[in-house]
Amino acid sequence: MKDFVEKWAQCLALLVGLWALPQSTYAAVLPEDRADLLYHRYEGGGVKIDGPSLLVRKKFAEKYSVSANYYVDMVSSASIDVLTTASPYKEERKQESLGVTYLRGKSTYSLDYSNSKENDYTANTASFGLSQDLFGDLTTLSLGFSRGWDEVSKRGDAVFAEKTDRRSYRAGLSQIITKSLIMSAGLEVITDEGFLNNPYRSVRYIDLASGNGFSYQAELYPRTRTSSAASLDARYYLPYRAALHGGVRYFTDTWGITSETGEIGYIHPTKGAWTFETSVRYYGQTKADFYSDLFPRRTFQNFLARDKELSTFTSGSLRLGASYDFARSGWRWVKKGSVNFYYDRMEFDYDDFRNIYNQSGTPPGTEPLYSFGANVFQIFMSVWF
Amino acid sequence: MHIMRDPYIIRRRAVIAGALLTAMALSGCGHIEPWVKPYERAALADPIMSMDPNPVSSAYTHHVYEAREGARGALGGAGGGCGCN
Repeated sequence: MKDFVEKWAQCLALLVGLWALPQSTYAAVLPEDRADLLYHRYEGGGVKIDGPSLLVRKKFAEKYSVSANYYVDMVSSASIDVLTTASPYKEERKQESLGVTYLRGKSTYSLDYSNSKENDYTANTASFGLSQDLFGDLTTLSLGFSRGWDEVSKRGDAVFAEKTDRRSYRAGLSQIITKSLIMSAGLEVITDEGFLNNPYRSVRYIDLASGNGFSYQAELYPRTRTSSAASLDARYYLPYRAALHGGVRYFTDTWGITSETGEIGYIHPTKGAWTFETSVRYYGQTKADFYSDLFPRRTFQNFLARDKELSTFTSGSLRLGASYDFARSGWRWVKKGSVNFYYDRMEFDYDDFRNIYNQSGTPPGTEPLYSFGANVFQIFMSVWF
Repeated sequence: MHIMRDPYIIRRRAVIAGALLTAMALSGCGHIEPWVKPYERAALADPIMSMDPNPVSSAYTHHVYEAREGARGALGGAGGGCGCN
């Protein structure tokens, strides 16, 4: 209780401090009035997910900006995890979000709420954020807090009902370094408590009595997890009007996972209405302490996982993108618009997750390591009004 | 559990880091002469220099990463739910 009061007192002190900052003639800005309609499609590893996303932002009374987002994932899955222990399935996830941002001098304050629903998972998230421009607007400091309440159920098991509590603490700093260079740093700590594993997934263990030499049991994760991620990004303006950008991120958590992410990209607008871009991204992580592809025996330890997302792996991705601007001088109520297309090719290579599908006769633990590639498409239209 | 991974210590460090950033900001506010003047920021105002030019697209991209990878956070806002079987 003392910790709780102390933590909220610290948060309140930060808010009061920022609210009390002197207001100046240089003002922060609200997001532009804009509508985006996106179609997304992910195909890879036996999984196909597609659907729309609609995001609309509108300012009111020069002080408020309201945003609404409607997002759908239509999932059709026959992934390696599903093929080896369950049956392919289809499901839909819908997410609705509402937000409001209030501008006061050089500060913005935002409140957001989102609800995500699947037939076996409901997630509610409330967020508060603030940002403050400082030092002649060379620096922007932002702080954020989110709280999430999830309800987990299981298809075919009417009694199964679990809850998850999520909290996220964020801090960010954006800094203009020169006339051509801007950098930003971010820090995010997330804590989860409750049911954190997937109710459908299993681990495998050596079982000589079984025909193929192994059997399955339900996975079991710890009921708490705290993670920290720190990022550093930079964007540089090239003299012939193009931009180079890059970023790194380091991650660690209480489950023993550490990861590094690196990305570099290039944006090239033509003299006409086209803009082309490309980027490459690397991601690598170490496994969770309680992960194993094959445990020596049933209930070998108190926590058990065989989720490939918790294994040791690397992934690389390449993005190609093109945008076409239309109505550049405006058309009726439209100030400008653009049509955008992004294609990402992603490759995943696992170091300790084996492909056990259709491997009868192969001794357990000697199956080939798993890898897969994914194609991700996004096409969206944006209109500023 | 290793002390470096103690959730209480990690949370406390995050709060202290936030408080320090704010204190630095408060103490320096109004005393630093901007070394890039407002009229020198034409390049920085170009849409190609925006850190998040298309929020609808970046939210989706972050969701794809967070569903396939063990890491999370410090990517900007992304939705809840999983869709990751």
